[in-house]
Amino acid sequence: MFHRESGYYKTSYASDSALYPLPIARFAVAGFAILFFVVAPLLVSSYYLTILNLVGIAIVGALGLNILVGLTGQISIGHAAFMSVGAYTAANLATRFDLPFWITLPAGGLMAAAIGIIVGFPSVRIKGLYLAISTLAAQFIIDWFIVHTPAISGGFQASIQVPRPSVFGIILDTQRELYLFILVTVVIAIIIALNIARSRVGRAFIAIRDQDIAAEILGIDVRRYKLMAFAISSFYAGVTGVLYTYYSGVANNEFFPLVVSIDYLAMVIIGGMGSVLGAIFGATFVTLLPIAIDLFMTSVGPYLIEDTGALSGIKSHMRLILFGGLIMFFLVVEPEGLNRLWLNIRSYFRVWPFSY
Amino acid sequence: MKRILATIAVAGGLAAMTAAQAGEIVIGQMTDRTGPTANVGNPLGDGVQDYIDLINSQGGVGGHTIRMLEVDNQYKVPPAVEGYQRFKSEGAVLVGLYGTPITQALTADLQKDMIPATSPGFGTAASADGEAYPYLFPAASSYWSQAGSAVEYAKQQMGGLKGKKIAYLFYDNPAGREGLPVLRKLSELEGFTLNEFPVPAPGIEMDNQARDIARRFRADFVISHLFGRAPSVQINALKRAGFSLDKVVSFVWGASEADVAAAGGFEAAEGYSGIQFAGVGDDFQIRRDIEAMYKAQGKEVRESMASTVFYNRGLLIGALHVEALKHAVAANGGNANVTGTQVRDGFRAVSDFSLGGLMPPLNMGGGDHEGGGWTRVFKVTKTGFAPATDWFKGYRDVVFGMIKEETAKKN
Repeated sequence: MFHRESGYYKTSYASDSALYPLPIARFAVAGFAILFFVVAPLLVSSYYLTILNLVGIAIVGALGLNILVGLTGQISIGHAAFMSVGAYTAANLATRFDLPFWITLPAGGLMAAAIGIIVGFPSVRIKGLYLAISTLAAQFIIDWFIVHTPAISGGFQASIQVPRPSVFGIILDTQRELYLFILVTVVIAIIIALNIARSRVGRAFIAIRDQDIAAEILGIDVRRYKLMAFAISSFYAGVTGVLYTYYSGVANNEFFPLVVSIDYLAMVIIGGMGSVLGAIFGATFVTLLPIAIDLFMTSVGPYLIEDTGALSGIKSHMRLILFGGLIMFFLVVEPEGLNRLWLNIRSYFRVWPFSY
Repeated sequence: MKRILATIAVAGGLAAMTAAQAGEIVIGQMTDRTGPTANVGNPLGDGVQDYIDLINSQGGVGGHTIRMLEVDNQYKVPPAVEGYQRFKSEGAVLVGLYGTPITQALTADLQKDMIPATSPGFGTAASADGEAYPYLFPAASSYWSQAGSAVEYAKQQMGGLKGKKIAYLFYDNPAGREGLPVLRKLSELEGFTLNEFPVPAPGIEMDNQARDIARRFRADFVISHLFGRAPSVQINALKRAGFSLDKVVSFVWGASEADVAAAGGFEAAEGYSGIQFAGVGDDFQIRRDIEAMYKAQGKEVRESMASTVFYNRGLLIGALHVEALKHAVAANGGNANVTGTQVRDGFRAVSDFSLGGLMPPLNMGGGDHEGGGWTRVFKVTKTGFAPATDWFKGYRDVVFGMIKEETAKKN
């Protein structure tokens, strides 16, 4: 409707394999880049940047889990445990060796990836629910191990205070500075995820997801790629853990209980499995919805319920009810997730006002 | 585009927010009304609200109304971070925290934003050192102080500790393990044998530990530090193992009306005692005042008021916050536009304020942000909780020495 898709000829391999072949897509991406890199930090207040920060961190984690669950079809309920691996790795490196974030961030990811490969070994033999249970075990084993090893956890409280990251001598400790820090990480994470999905590795993942025996017959080393999926996914989780650590200034295993793993699984499912945009949608939805409902109830609630004392309890429970209800609503409307919903809307407007 | 939607959705909320008006003091309070610790968060949150409402109905602090914002953080860190920033954006001058991980996640921000916060009965023990943590107030009692008090109580009960055997039965998570360093140190100092009995989450099966304590280790006393369902399970498991409940003392989160009820009622749990940092029971003038306030409004009092252990803690938190605000407003020449630092100094000025015996004689000046680590033991009788001791501090010099050591290590 707004733009033409015909008339753009791909005359080189580079243009054929470009991430965004159409000019409209490039303009859109540039628009979003300006919005998030320039407009948001200048105009958005510190409180709303907090929300964007929490969404950004969740996006990184959801992108990682999406590679494992959405692309490769391997289920994991231990995602939060890898986050705590990343968090404690970075915290120990940052406090004991005074290493800067550009070392601790990838190091946290790499350590999580190494543990992820070990945890991923059962995936070579088992699938589905059985794999889910074995990753669930990993969640508890890693948690227990960290808490009971003072050398890692830093003592009985299992929390390590970490100085905030600094860039060129500027300590990033306001929401605005941390926003840019998280934003850059998110953008890198998105670019890598987009490229993994369309590369040889990503196609191998998809082949394994769709039919692992067929994939093996095609010559894909299933074992290797499954472990690779675990490693990449855990790397993302580790980086998420490091981001949480720098964001709050402390590494603490209580940030990453089992329910966080479930939350991330929910993000991937609600967003739409197997697509990068879906993971972004899912992370945003799951993080933002409770906040939006809470803000809404806080502003509207007093007009509906006179008893301000009872309101705070009702508000909290309404948040849970609405949150659950909306998730069900969206999944009933579109079982393939928010991403499919978006694609449907887009393809409708693509040919509008003609229906085909 | 996802984030555009996000921004739009959030903008709706923005419109609803209003800045602090003149003659109004904004404070923030976190609770857990729907998360894993909602059984504590609901009565506690109600207690804080009722106290603030009462103060407002009596004319507020120096004529200024207190507007308390409440955030249900569900014992999770991200909602708590968001909630704290919401408090800050609305101009809150103090924050009531809820939950140990949340306290730790916000410590750095609180210090940077110069907003004082309280973490009663949880949080970091080391934050009692007001020099190292200028904006955190773990009043009234951290886990370390509770450990000191528990040993002191055991000493009183047994008439000495030399050669005795004490079992520490604890929830095997960071909060549960936090009592360990103090207990280990005191076992060296006092010459008693300490044996540690961890209970893995969710702590609903404790017969092995109980038999171990009663038959093999043959403990003279049990100090327990459990959460959630675990305290009631513990009461029954120790009884089954033939261990007298008279020789058990629990930390602050293991001895409420709900725990006793879940263990079979007051008659079944008779003798079990628990450390408290706020007075337990109905026999306080402040509770009459709140009942009168509800009556004047023609409403029924809240059901949660019957849960006196947690509700009274809510009153303590509310009272402590109001008291700090009073001092801050007075120091600010009676104006409502107090700063976080003034409120912090207000907390430090709190002394000899007992709220009719509901609160310990806290004194938060002089670098001790915990106010002294006061506790009181209440024992289960057939009809309810009865005080077994007066307000006391257990091994305060040892505990505070360890706090100083801990903060020196961090810097």
